[in-house]
Amino acid sequence: MIVDAILSPEFLNAALRATTPILFAALASAIAAKSGVINMALEGILLFTALFGVIFSSAFQSAWLGLLVTMVMGGLIGFLLAFFVLRLKTDAILAAIAINLIADGATILILLAVSGDRGISSSINSIIIPRITLPIIENIPFIGAVLSNQNILTYVSLIMVVLVHIFLYKTPLGLQIRAVGENKDAAESVGISSDKIRYISLTISGVLASMGGFFLSGGYMTRFTTGMSAGRGFIALAASAMGGNTPIGSFLVSLLFGGAQAISNILQLGTLPHELVQMLPYATTLIGLGLYSYSKMKKRQRLTGK
Amino acid sequence: MSQIVLQMNNIMKIYPNGVVAVEDVTFELEKGEIHALLGENGAGKSTLMKVLFGIESPENGEIILEGTKVDIKSPLEAIKKGIGMVHQHFMLVPSLTVAENIVLGVEPKKNSLFTDEEKAIELSKEIAEKYNFEIDVREKVEELPVGLKQKVEILKALYRGADILILDEPTAVLTPQETKELFIQLKKLKEKGHTIIFISHKLDEIKEICDRATIMRNGKGMGTYQVKDISTAEMSKLMVGRDVVMEFDKKPVQLKETVMRVRDLCVTGTTGIRRIDGLSFDLKAGEILGIAGVEGNGQGHLVEVLTGLSDKYQGEISIFGKNAKEYSIRELRDSGMAHIPEDRMTLGCAKDMNILDNMFTNQYHKPEFSGRVLLKNKKLEEKAKELIKEYLVKCKSYKQNVGMLSGGNIQKVVVAREFSTDPKIIIANQPTRGIDVGAASFIRQRIIEFRDAGCAIILISADLNEVLELSDRLAVIYKGKFSGVFSNVKNIEEVELGKYMLGIKRDDNLEGIIYEQ
Ligand SMILES: Nc1ncnc2c1ncn2[C@@H]1O[C@H](COP(=O)(O)OP(=O)(O)OP(=O)(O)O)[C@@H](O)[C@H]1O
Ligand SMILES: [Mg+2]
Repeated sequence: MIVDAILSPEFLNAALRATTPILFAALASAIAAKSGVINMALEGILLFTALFGVIFSSAFQSAWLGLLVTMVMGGLIGFLLAFFVLRLKTDAILAAIAINLIADGATILILLAVSGDRGISSSINSIIIPRITLPIIENIPFIGAVLSNQNILTYVSLIMVVLVHIFLYKTPLGLQIRAVGENKDAAESVGISSDKIRYISLTISGVLASMGGFFLSGGYMTRFTTGMSAGRGFIALAASAMGGNTPIGSFLVSLLFGGAQAISNILQLGTLPHELVQMLPYATTLIGLGLYSYSKMKKRQRLTGK
Repeated sequence: MSQIVLQMNNIMKIYPNGVVAVEDVTFELEKGEIHALLGENGAGKSTLMKVLFGIESPENGEIILEGTKVDIKSPLEAIKKGIGMVHQHFMLVPSLTVAENIVLGVEPKKNSLFTDEEKAIELSKEIAEKYNFEIDVREKVEELPVGLKQKVEILKALYRGADILILDEPTAVLTPQETKELFIQLKKLKEKGHTIIFISHKLDEIKEICDRATIMRNGKGMGTYQVKDISTAEMSKLMVGRDVVMEFDKKPVQLKETVMRVRDLCVTGTTGIRRIDGLSFDLKAGEILGIAGVEGNGQGHLVEVLTGLSDKYQGEISIFGKNAKEYSIRELRDSGMAHIPEDRMTLGCAKDMNILDNMFTNQYHKPEFSGRVLLKNKKLEEKAKELIKEYLVKCKSYKQNVGMLSGGNIQKVVVAREFSTDPKIIIANQPTRGIDVGAASFIRQRIIEFRDAGCAIILISADLNEVLELSDRLAVIYKGKFSGVFSNVKNIEEVELGKYMLGIKRDDNLEGIIYEQ
């Protein structure tokens, strides 16, 4: 019965929807990782930008203008992380933890100041990005039902997979990012400034993550609730790591985690205890990571001596 | 008097840990010359060049380039001023292709947005052809043997069109033929008006190609000389401060039991090409088996399977009478195998750990150094101090990070570690790479002592003199097969050897490579 449900086009449509925020953040993580910095602040960036999305789309009364400003804000947070790490020489993980902790508190504070509520942004009349149907594709059986009638940002996220791939593997800047991430000294010896490359990478990383954040409160849901990123930033880190920090790999693993999220959403309507059901996406991530490191360990076993 | 292009006056460099690497050195370059920089391991040659290339900033002194005082703060500025550098340790990005590494930072563009890969490949090919380097520019750098990596480094600098080209030990891993080719190119560059700074520990090379030489000892300048006016013996004396003995006395070989037996060994590379193609040989305790060959003819793959780093092979390898696949690397090492890897920076050491930690990675688990829970630190420290002294490692103390040592001294740490376990088989891949004349002769002496004490040694080296001098038997490897075997190493002529190395001549009998069926 569950298998039937999973293979239904309605479910796959929902899975793609649930994948979207994870995918944006996973791409963000991939770019940062390729430049040699782990962007652990994704969770905080998602949360911050989910709130900013609501605030700015209502302030401008335009979803698109709101998205644009939110992306700028996301880029700024990414840049700030880079500043901490590169200029002030903070440890990248510690700086990220700080950003995540601040995000938890600051979003509640800002929400309270703007809407007078400390839990949900219902009183703000934010504008969301609409869903669209795809002409022609819509009429293809099964595929139409899966792909059509998605949020525009879901399509954008899919396009981003291709764009980030082209960026990393077909442009000079992408080449330099990969070079810095792999051997910083080598890159510097040919006159590339590794700091500059990392500032750029983390800023782009922030911008990508902010699109995921915006989608959370202005597409997936229609308003902001506190703590709504719900670990997606960390799930995305796992996704990009398991995908070898390549855009395509990150996409495939994100689909898996998005699917788990969607199953959990469906099961919540059933009779199972919802605490158990809500664990599903996280448990999947854990099992996925376990399998991933097991396969890596197998590969290395010869080198480390059984 | 010809035109002076560069003056480095009273340069002083003190590293943050207090090491005075360069102390008041003055260095001068004339346009169009090849200028040697000589000195023992740790004398400060690389440091002085890093100052010129903008990697290290000097505490004191001035740099005058083409008559104007300059302040070079980064490699980018150095490159813009027409200075190129080939570093002692590779500065390559392993997962990128040769072409990508060559154009990195100055990529050709397509539609002003994308990397023009075709163009990059074309340009790289062009420059490789121009300088007669045979190399597949589409190959990933991580798949290349060190000799080819070295060529990529040189091409990288040439591609950027350096007026002043710094070459920090470019020939350390090149075979004589490759070195000869490089020299032809260097002479061409010189004729075109480029100025070259050349660092090497091989004094014959200096004699052959350099016009002048500046000698350094312990961070101080010992003067600049016309190369034709000074003998190699005088050079080493100026470098070391004493005479260097270059002769070994080698007792006749005394063969003992067979310790390694290899039959029909085949290894297939990642691209599906046979890298090792049906090798068979025996190795007995008490002998040195030399393997000569042009870089990239299977030496690396052979070492990988013999040392257990890879078990992807067909055929049979038995070590001490037991199938090699039954050993883990730890067991292999505990049973007496030592391995000096060709690239000290990737497999040889952990550069962010200190000398002591690096010296005992292969034996910290032994009861001698470890109790049930805690390491016996006193023991380790004593032993480390002993080894540092014995192997002449130039350092402040055993607590210094290996990455902060000079290239030759890192090599000494690796050799000291591998030789200190009382090995029964030593697989030595370029054991004296980048080591100065004095220390190299010491290490060669040690290899002979091990042999006399009944150790079996496989010696792979790009330095033909070294293989010829030390080996009891010599096999030539060409395209994954032995093309010749010499049991009487004394009588080999270098020209003859060269023919086997290039595959012009081959001997199908290979008499003497195996002792019994
Ligand atoms: N990053 C560093 N930090 C601290 N000390 C260093 C560092 N790099 C080099 N040194 C020290 O400076 C001295 C000179 O080193 P340098 O690398 O210039 O020697 P070298 O002449 O190039 O020797 P070699 O022939 O072995 O390459 C050595 O004593 C070395 O230990
Ligand atoms: Mg050096």
